[in-house]
Amino acid sequence: MNAPLPAAAIPAPTEAERRGRQTEVVAALSGVLPRHALLWQREDTTPYECDGLTAYRQQPLVVALPETETQVSAVLQACHRLQVPVVARGAGTGLSGGALPHAMGVVLSLAKFNRILEVDALARTARVQCGVRNLAISEAAARHGLYYAPDPSSQIACTIGGNVAENSGGVHCLKYGLTLHNVLQVKGFTAEGEPVQFGSRALDAAGLDLLAVMIGSEGMLAVVTEVVVRLIPKPQLARCIMASFDDIAAAGNAVASIIAAGIIPAGLEMMDKPMTAAVEDFVHAGYDLNAEAILLCESDGTPEEVNEEINRMLDVLTGCGATRLEVSRDEAQRLKFWSGRKNAFPASGRISPDYMCMDSTIPRKRIADILLAIASMEQKYQLRCVNVFHAGDGNLHPLILFDANDADQLHRAEAFGAEILETSVALGGTVTGEHGVGIEKLGSMCVQFSPEEREQMLALKAAFDPAGLLNPGKVIPTLHRCAEGGKMVVRKGLLPFPELPRF
Amino acid sequence: MSSHDPALQALIDRIAEARARGTPLCIRGGGTKAFYGGAPQGEPLDLRPLAGISSYEPTELVVSARAGTLLKDLEAALAEHGQCLPFEPPRFAAGGTVGGMVAAGLSGPARASMGAVRDYVLGASLLTGRGELLSFGGQVMKNVAGYDVSRLLAGSLGVLGAICEVSLKVLPQPPATLTLRFDLGQEQALQAVNTLAGKPLPLNASAWWDGTLVVRLSGAAAAVQAARAQLGGEEIPAEMAAAFWQGLRDHSDEFFVGARRASEGAAALWRLSVPPTAPPLQLSGEQLIEWHGGLRWLCTSTPGAVVRSAAEQVGGHATLFLGRDKSAGAFAPLAPPLERIHRELKRAFDPDHLFNPGRLYPTL
Repeated sequence: MNAPLPAAAIPAPTEAERRGRQTEVVAALSGVLPRHALLWQREDTTPYECDGLTAYRQQPLVVALPETETQVSAVLQACHRLQVPVVARGAGTGLSGGALPHAMGVVLSLAKFNRILEVDALARTARVQCGVRNLAISEAAARHGLYYAPDPSSQIACTIGGNVAENSGGVHCLKYGLTLHNVLQVKGFTAEGEPVQFGSRALDAAGLDLLAVMIGSEGMLAVVTEVVVRLIPKPQLARCIMASFDDIAAAGNAVASIIAAGIIPAGLEMMDKPMTAAVEDFVHAGYDLNAEAILLCESDGTPEEVNEEINRMLDVLTGCGATRLEVSRDEAQRLKFWSGRKNAFPASGRISPDYMCMDSTIPRKRIADILLAIASMEQKYQLRCVNVFHAGDGNLHPLILFDANDADQLHRAEAFGAEILETSVALGGTVTGEHGVGIEKLGSMCVQFSPEEREQMLALKAAFDPAGLLNPGKVIPTLHRCAEGGKMVVRKGLLPFPELPRF
Repeated sequence: MSSHDPALQALIDRIAEARARGTPLCIRGGGTKAFYGGAPQGEPLDLRPLAGISSYEPTELVVSARAGTLLKDLEAALAEHGQCLPFEPPRFAAGGTVGGMVAAGLSGPARASMGAVRDYVLGASLLTGRGELLSFGGQVMKNVAGYDVSRLLAGSLGVLGAICEVSLKVLPQPPATLTLRFDLGQEQALQAVNTLAGKPLPLNASAWWDGTLVVRLSGAAAAVQAARAQLGGEEIPAEMAAAFWQGLRDHSDEFFVGARRASEGAAALWRLSVPPTAPPLQLSGEQLIEWHGGLRWLCTSTPGAVVRSAAEQVGGHATLFLGRDKSAGAFAPLAPPLERIHRELKRAFDPDHLFNPGRLYPTL
């Protein structure tokens, strides 16, 4: 959103160029894919023109839907031979345009790789194809008392391959980690179509930890077809506290105080007053509409452990000035507490024609500061913003409400979003906590990384994909692009005088 | 900004000079892990002057420290606030540094339950082979801006650059800990500990040696007590248990002391990282098992090729941890696409092959 439209980044091909290239690619791929697995007519490829970030659209040249690994490899080999860009795609639920097609490229849909290959209860692992839905893994593991911990809000639909691409989090990652902490191995193909595997079923692999850099690489280093995930025992019990605060800063302070008390809650989420009103109207969970902020604090473990931890958290919350406290009595009520938080995005869709969801992360202690800054930006840009946070890890999801039919509103919303991201970096944070850079946050990457750092990341990509064919133009902006945007890098790390307060 | 810090500037100057002269550099901290990997080569690039905790806020669960900070100083600072490094990095001797801890990428007994060094790295600054100071990641829990270069540095043995500063996630020390002991053969112990790891119990570490399985429970007092009642076994007195786990973590216990002595002769100490449920490995020599079956230490005089092949057959890899003859390489060879990516990454970060030549692989 704070990036110019991709059309500006990639010189638009003429229709004749496009047609010629399309004929060439279709001819090459027809040799390696069955007829029904190849789409190129406009009406067939339109469903692939965007992912969850619908503001950006691009008609793909060709869509390939391979059904076997041999076909994936053959498609990649053919594309490499023709030097055609390839954009891998899972369920298309991504929020940063990571799966936005390339005007002159192939969309490699991995939707047909949807089988759970093996659940090994003793080893606590599942081997699944990349197109398996996140939630389906936990469902398959449930009969062994195990589950897959990362739970992004889109877990009903999003695929594990997409989770690997984005290093997805969820509401429980403070305690249970991100995708990175829960994936043991990925298998797939290099840009040249050569089989490759990263990681191991052992707890480490020989050499550099390439799995760490593969996870979260947004489909730019290799194409993943199979994933071995770590499963963990399902806690015996989970209970959730819903706490109201009449002051945002007090709620932010309560978050820090819980951590300071040595507690790592299973979930620690915050919603501001306008967000609470929007979700209450949607799910009727009984949220306190008078509260300036609501915290959801979850504890899980053995019944003894949960009771001990819930009591400790209640003490902390009371001490921090909570105005109302409610503890879930049973599983139904716990899920009800969460229903609003998990439906924050659709609820926002009901109160505004369009919304933009930001995803920056800041140090927890800066929560009140960023909320105050966002409130003043609402005045500046004359747009409303509702806020949900993964407060436990300082990951913000401000939702900027606007009407895309009004070009000026869209423009103001983009500027609003960019200012939130820049403020987050200035507060010691990052422009994206879990949604990825994709196409959306390219401009903000110029603020977070120096030219040398961006060059190094481009060189890292080239080490995996020398021809630059996998998802080109995403994640790392070129020097040229940052120069055009006129953004200044905000320095971090190895500060000359670390003891000085900043910003 | 670099000119503000004389220690950092000295490193940058040293790299520029080495680059001009074409002489390789051996990045070093306390030298406590100099035995690990290929033999150190090159003129020393000492990171110890770049020391000190840059920021630590207990309520953020994040600490940032410069590479030369002593690991013992970092751990002491965390302990003052009731926090710790949950991956229990080994301290083979006094003088180990934070940079060395990350570069070696080794984790201790709690690794299988709590994660490895790389899982706790949030960000890092490094000096590349071009002498550029670059920062990746950050000081926040969730961060997917750009490639995760900081975690790639964990276990890189310095071949991509000199780590200058790292930010780490830290955790509260567990309120309660208890150690139990069971008499079990290797096969039964592997089955038992993997079964336990699949149950919602506060299992934190395990070790098997010579017919004895030892497990450590850590967590809320109520949870530890409930698990103790459920598991049976013999409780080891707290002080003795703490000494046992420390000996295992720092390789100062009987098994490792014996292995070190043996490795000065004809034998070698191998580190086999395998899937935890892999069956007992049919290799001669003495074995100690950690990580719920995932880490098997083997002191043996069996030829390296036999040991490597046994690890590979069960889906793991074998590292020659201690031994006089490392001519076959300390680390298991890489499959062709990975070997190529390693070479290209080296070229991307350290084009003149200045840093730690041969420490990870002979060609890097």
